[in-house]
Amino acid sequence: MEGTSLLMLIYVFVLAAFVGVELINKVPPTLHTPLMSGSNAISGITIIGSLIAAGIGETNASSIMGFVAVVFAMINVVGGYLVTDRMLRMFKKK
Amino acid sequence: MENFKEILINITYLVASFLFIFGIKRMSSPATAKNGNLISGIGMLLAIVVTLMDRHIISYELIIAGLVIGSAIGAVLAYKVQMTAMPQMVGLLNGFGGGASALVGMAEYYHTSLLGFPDDGGKFLVSVGLSLLIGAVTFTGSLIAFGKLQGIVTGKVVKIPGQNVVVILLILAIFTLIGLGISQPDNMLFFELVVGLSLLLGVLLVMPIGGADMPVAISLLNSYSGIAGSATGFVIDNNMLIIAGALVGASGIILTNIMCKAMNRSIMNVLLGGWANVADTGAGDASAVDKVVKSVDTEEAAMLFSGASKVMIVPGYGMAVSQAQHAVKELMNVLEKNGTDVRFAIHPVAGRMPGHMNILLAESNVPYDKLFPLDEINDDFKNVDISLVIGANDVVNPAARNNPQSTIYGMPILNVDYSKTVIVVKRSMNAGYAGIENDLFYMDNTLMYFGDAKDAISKLVNELKAMNS
Repeated sequence: MEGTSLLMLIYVFVLAAFVGVELINKVPPTLHTPLMSGSNAISGITIIGSLIAAGIGETNASSIMGFVAVVFAMINVVGGYLVTDRMLRMFKKK
Repeated sequence: MENFKEILINITYLVASFLFIFGIKRMSSPATAKNGNLISGIGMLLAIVVTLMDRHIISYELIIAGLVIGSAIGAVLAYKVQMTAMPQMVGLLNGFGGGASALVGMAEYYHTSLLGFPDDGGKFLVSVGLSLLIGAVTFTGSLIAFGKLQGIVTGKVVKIPGQNVVVILLILAIFTLIGLGISQPDNMLFFELVVGLSLLLGVLLVMPIGGADMPVAISLLNSYSGIAGSATGFVIDNNMLIIAGALVGASGIILTNIMCKAMNRSIMNVLLGGWANVADTGAGDASAVDKVVKSVDTEEAAMLFSGASKVMIVPGYGMAVSQAQHAVKELMNVLEKNGTDVRFAIHPVAGRMPGHMNILLAESNVPYDKLFPLDEINDDFKNVDISLVIGANDVVNPAARNNPQSTIYGMPILNVDYSKTVIVVKRSMNAGYAGIENDLFYMDNTLMYFGDAKDAISKLVNELKAMNS
């Protein structure tokens, strides 16, 4: 995806934010905590950048930072999805 | 072959973006939410697996080590954490996400400096600057929020002298440094200073936010962590990151907005620690001396409950603190066995994060269709025999409705005072977070039932059981 123009990326950002607003407005208050932890897990998507930074093949400041970023992002992703699942399993109707 | 891989990776990213959106869509009902979370998780898994094929990735040692360590820590946290501690858990996870974004920004910057910066009109460097700023602020801000909720850092409003001026100067300095970093990309000092100052800014932004304002702080940091992810997407030219980050950013902003509305305050007022200033003087206007408080003991309370046909339970942060949710569920069981109708009314800012009370009650197996949000239940209080307030204070203070002088005037409250009898479970007569007297406690139809929430409710349950047998 190299060489994409900045404007194009901003387009994507703005449209996705609109989709987000539409979707999240429909989430009932009772699910706000799982929504937050679940969307939090999605923000762990930085893992993609972390993987690329950690895998450049040399051991230098960049790859070490990449490694720490992978650890951080994975805590965010795995912790976020699992804890959300744990919470949502508890929600039962009468 | 390379070309084919590239296409496969990009198509998978598109699929993952779709799965994130679809997953969040299914969060709109408790019946489908678990499945939605799974779908979103599958999107994440696909994105990770396909990224490992990326041509930029040459060695896997660090990656595998990082994946294993991070997953293990994440899994342990997710299974060990208590439901009452969910706000700090989300705070901590936010912090890791923000930290990862800042690290990726810096790693990409160092790496690219070796290869030569692209001639793209500054797009790369602007993106790096923003991802460092937002990522670092999210990181330290979230750690402070975590510390406050966990009790490691004081929950009080903490301000340095000239707080607002310092914060504004700090923000100006950071943007100046980003500008310098863009114009002289080979001088690494500028972006390194951006990181340092942004870490400091995160601390200064969250320290003035007091305990009960944490739902706002957590929501806002959630939003930041998403925007940080988007910024990383700009750095590495990846639409999926931008989409996923924007979704989370939007979610956090909406929740922040809901929380602020539920307190009738502006976001700036919350962020600047506004309420606590007023609270110091606000406590003085209460004239508790000539007011009469009526209290009940366990036996009397049980008598009242056994005669009630409609009961509304209003939980607050006090229920979480004393881990009373299971005792509350037992109370519901006993009352229902008696033929009493039991429902729960939940204020949007009850607890320390949006939906905090709901997960606690879900944990103790209270069916979610018994929980009602403020706007759905507020007209029903006049038909209620007993409203049982457990560890909630400001959100049931009638002053918000009828005393224009009150600091909380205009804040939407649960109209418990309209019910025939109000029983308030509370440890003492201390004021709530807003630091003001609660008129509710002195009303003719209000009875105080003093004690620790868990203790008091358990005693009540035992008394009711004894009466029924």
